[in-house]
Amino acid sequence: MTDHHPNAPLELTRATSNGPLAEQVQAPEDLDRHDGNVAAPAVERGQASMITVSDLSFYYGAVQALTDVSMRIPPRNVTALIGPSGCGKSTFLRCINRMNDLIEESRVEGSIHIEGQDIYSPQTDVVELRKRVGMVFQKSNPFPKSIFDNVAYGPRVAGIRSRTALEEIVESSLFQAALWDEVKDRLDASALKLSGGQQQRLCIARALATGPEVLLMDEPASALDPASTARIEDLVSELKEHYTIVIVTHNMHQAARVSDQTAFFFEGRLFEMSETAELFTNPKQKKTEDYIGGRFG
Amino acid sequence: MCAAVSVLTTLGIVVVLLSQARGFFQEVSLVEFFTDTRWTPLFEQKHYGILPLVSGTMLVAAGSALVALPVGLCTAIYLSEYAAPRFREVVKPVLEILAGIPSVVYGFVAVVFISPIIREIFPSADVFNAASASLVVGVMILPMVISLSEDVLGSVPQALREASCALGASQFETIVRVVVPAALSGIVASFLLAVSRAIGETMAVTLAAGATPNLTLNPLESIQTMTAYIAQVSMGETEHGSTGYNSIFAVGISLFVITLLMNLLSQWVLSRMREKYE
Repeated sequence: MTDHHPNAPLELTRATSNGPLAEQVQAPEDLDRHDGNVAAPAVERGQASMITVSDLSFYYGAVQALTDVSMRIPPRNVTALIGPSGCGKSTFLRCINRMNDLIEESRVEGSIHIEGQDIYSPQTDVVELRKRVGMVFQKSNPFPKSIFDNVAYGPRVAGIRSRTALEEIVESSLFQAALWDEVKDRLDASALKLSGGQQQRLCIARALATGPEVLLMDEPASALDPASTARIEDLVSELKEHYTIVIVTHNMHQAARVSDQTAFFFEGRLFEMSETAELFTNPKQKKTEDYIGGRFG
Repeated sequence: MCAAVSVLTTLGIVVVLLSQARGFFQEVSLVEFFTDTRWTPLFEQKHYGILPLVSGTMLVAAGSALVALPVGLCTAIYLSEYAAPRFREVVKPVLEILAGIPSVVYGFVAVVFISPIIREIFPSADVFNAASASLVVGVMILPMVISLSEDVLGSVPQALREASCALGASQFETIVRVVVPAALSGIVASFLLAVSRAIGETMAVTLAAGATPNLTLNPLESIQTMTAYIAQVSMGETEHGSTGYNSIFAVGISLFVITLLMNLLSQWVLSRMREKYE
């Protein structure tokens, strides 16, 4: 199911089934190869991994932003990325849909596989990839167009012209983003007239309209008031029924509330990753404990 | 204080234009002014129909817009979206130098270089023709279109480009569907400003377009623009206070009204776009 990088460190210490991944479980001594860079079990109960990251390093020019990050993200599940500012969590997120391609003089090493497909291989169609991997940004960024045109943007770029098809997509996307009831009577109104929280849900609807399997969220609620934040968090919990969600957050309570597993990044490395409850109550690394305890960051 | 000075100066100019034009309109009826198709105040057989001058002005303005707007917009898009920052830093100052070339030089270039080429291609063209004037005025207003459009394109938030890209749009699709529409009000404003400039341009068209008021839409013919007529009479030997002399104030006030309408139009376009998007 999952096409694997030969050198990937696979720390599936708690995998229990005899599923297709069982043979990929490696001996614990392999962990030592990556000095302190421990990728904790992300894939539980023998679940297949949706996204497999192997030894990912990322450079902005001469500056190394990520070092040997390996991670497995299971499908239909929420993975939170936490860590202090500049720890590389957003950079990591943007590697998953190759948004970092836009940055000049950037360089990627290692690999990311999504459902077995190496997204950095030359055969990968970036446009196709970005339709499969939707993204929601920190600050809501609706186009200065109508609500309808915002949501229909992705499908139109993909070549869908039929008005009825577009209407269906727009309705179902807005419905999934819990915005339909609020805007169904004014789809032609400018998206910029919506409130901040509504705009962010519109951006989620827009990302869903391309029919993605993975949804990347870069601090989607950091610019919102508590009520809007709560709505976004509820939405994340609903969306994981159908989507694989990776969410970057500064807010550890948010990570604890919405995610199934949490990855702690520090100085460009993945320090620790485990089930969210486990990470927050029983962190294995001192650094993780200090960060969660609010001693830095 | 400074604001008062500029307002008073403007008012003063309007008052002078109006009072001088009154003398003209005491001798020439408004009906003749607006409907006669000949403009010959300096000849024996005098006709005072502004239409040939207006058509000449519009012909040059439209021709130069036809040159400057597409080229200018494409260049601005290239500079803003595709060019490396270092290249942009070199090109923008060069464009500003281009904007600093005196317009008489453009007029000279039109007469000496461009007009012969046009006559080579279209042997029927006059030596002085609207096409050569349009071309050089187009090149003249090009830096303005590029510079202003590039500024507005550059001020489109990066977040919009990222959003489009994350939805699977190529860079070209992003530019056509998001960046240019988002900057459209500023682009239109730069267009209107540049066309106003083309309408007001005097020296290049005086040299290149000729001095033959001519009600025509054929760019190969010699024409005269409103500004060129004013320049011709101001510098000529026309007797002060004569109807011929006073006619330049009537033309001046017409020009003033046209540019005013252009400005109002651009205000209206901008406010409509703001309503739509803000």
